[in-house]
Amino acid sequence: MSKFRKKVIDHPEVSTASLPDIVFMLLFFFMTVTVMKDTTLKVENELPNATEIKKLEKKDRIITIHVGGPNQQYRKLLGETPRIQLEDKFADVSEVGPYVLGRLAEMPAELRPFVTISLKVDKRADMGLIIDIKEVLRDVGALKINYTTYEGDAFMNMN
Amino acid sequence: MPRRAGAPEVNAGSMADIAFLLLIFFLVTTTIETDAGLDRMLPPIEPPETDVVIKEKNIFQVNINKNGQLLADGELIELKDLRTKAMAFLENNGDGSCNYCQSGKKDPASSDNPTKAIISLKNDRETKYGTYITVQNELVGAYNDLRDRESERLYKRPFTSMEAEYIKQETPASVKEELKEKITKIQEMFPQKLSEAETSSSGGS
Repeated sequence: MSKFRKKVIDHPEVSTASLPDIVFMLLFFFMTVTVMKDTTLKVENELPNATEIKKLEKKDRIITIHVGGPNQQYRKLLGETPRIQLEDKFADVSEVGPYVLGRLAEMPAELRPFVTISLKVDKRADMGLIIDIKEVLRDVGALKINYTTYEGDAFMNMN
Repeated sequence: MPRRAGAPEVNAGSMADIAFLLLIFFLVTTTIETDAGLDRMLPPIEPPETDVVIKEKNIFQVNINKNGQLLADGELIELKDLRTKAMAFLENNGDGSCNYCQSGKKDPASSDNPTKAIISLKNDRETKYGTYITVQNELVGAYNDLRDRESERLYKRPFTSMEAEYIKQETPASVKEELKEKITKIQEMFPQKLSEAETSSSGGS
């Protein structure tokens, strides 16, 4: 009886020696999956939702074009009309063609047929600008495009 | 005091704290990249060499106006009905030559065969991008639903999952080869013919 009671009182401490290891494992996980943003967005970029999406593989063969209304800090200067952002500056439709061709020229020749243009367009933008961009992309022969979206109910886009 | 032989041990107790700090930093800065979306091919700029005559009934005309209203084959419809309408059109099987169409109504005024059916999408310059994506999503969804069904019947797994596995880098080449065959088979059954005509800016009100 007394033996049994003794055991209960005298509990050993939990060893925390493996805590750093666990934390390091988590740390390495996050370090490897983290993608540092390479451009600062100057346009609003609330992407629409869609359900029938396909993953974009391999970052090295993707050219991204952002479209949307200027950010809060540029709105006073530029108004609210949607604009194109290439890399980290605003651009006109006529600059899209040369930009895409320039990026294509930088890429190794064997990758060029697989290049996808990722259009990250704010859902409030008008189609007019997108139509113009698509026309330019057809002109330069970059025909593979991807309307980048979030995964979610597509009917949410309406409001 | 006798001198110790080795160097004194460094206290590693704060290691965990340092690691935690770094961990929290990476947790906060991590942005899950949005790198998925609707894949589309733009039509090449050169017109096809031979002019193909397409029967009016084989075209499913979808129009979106600037208020986001939808006109499908001459009828004003709700967006949520678009998918079923498109599927009904694709599967109509007007000339009875499609032996895998299940719910075909054989309406003589609608498409002859899934391989001949074309969906044409037109939109106004003032249409909101969100609406456009929803319509695109529904049309692609109509094709995917039909393809999934056939793939489920023939290969016991959905078409979209086969496609996703095919795109993945990790998939071994032998599996890819096999998948490719199945994917092309299904794609031939329901070829995705989604044309986007030049948009007219006059299509207002």
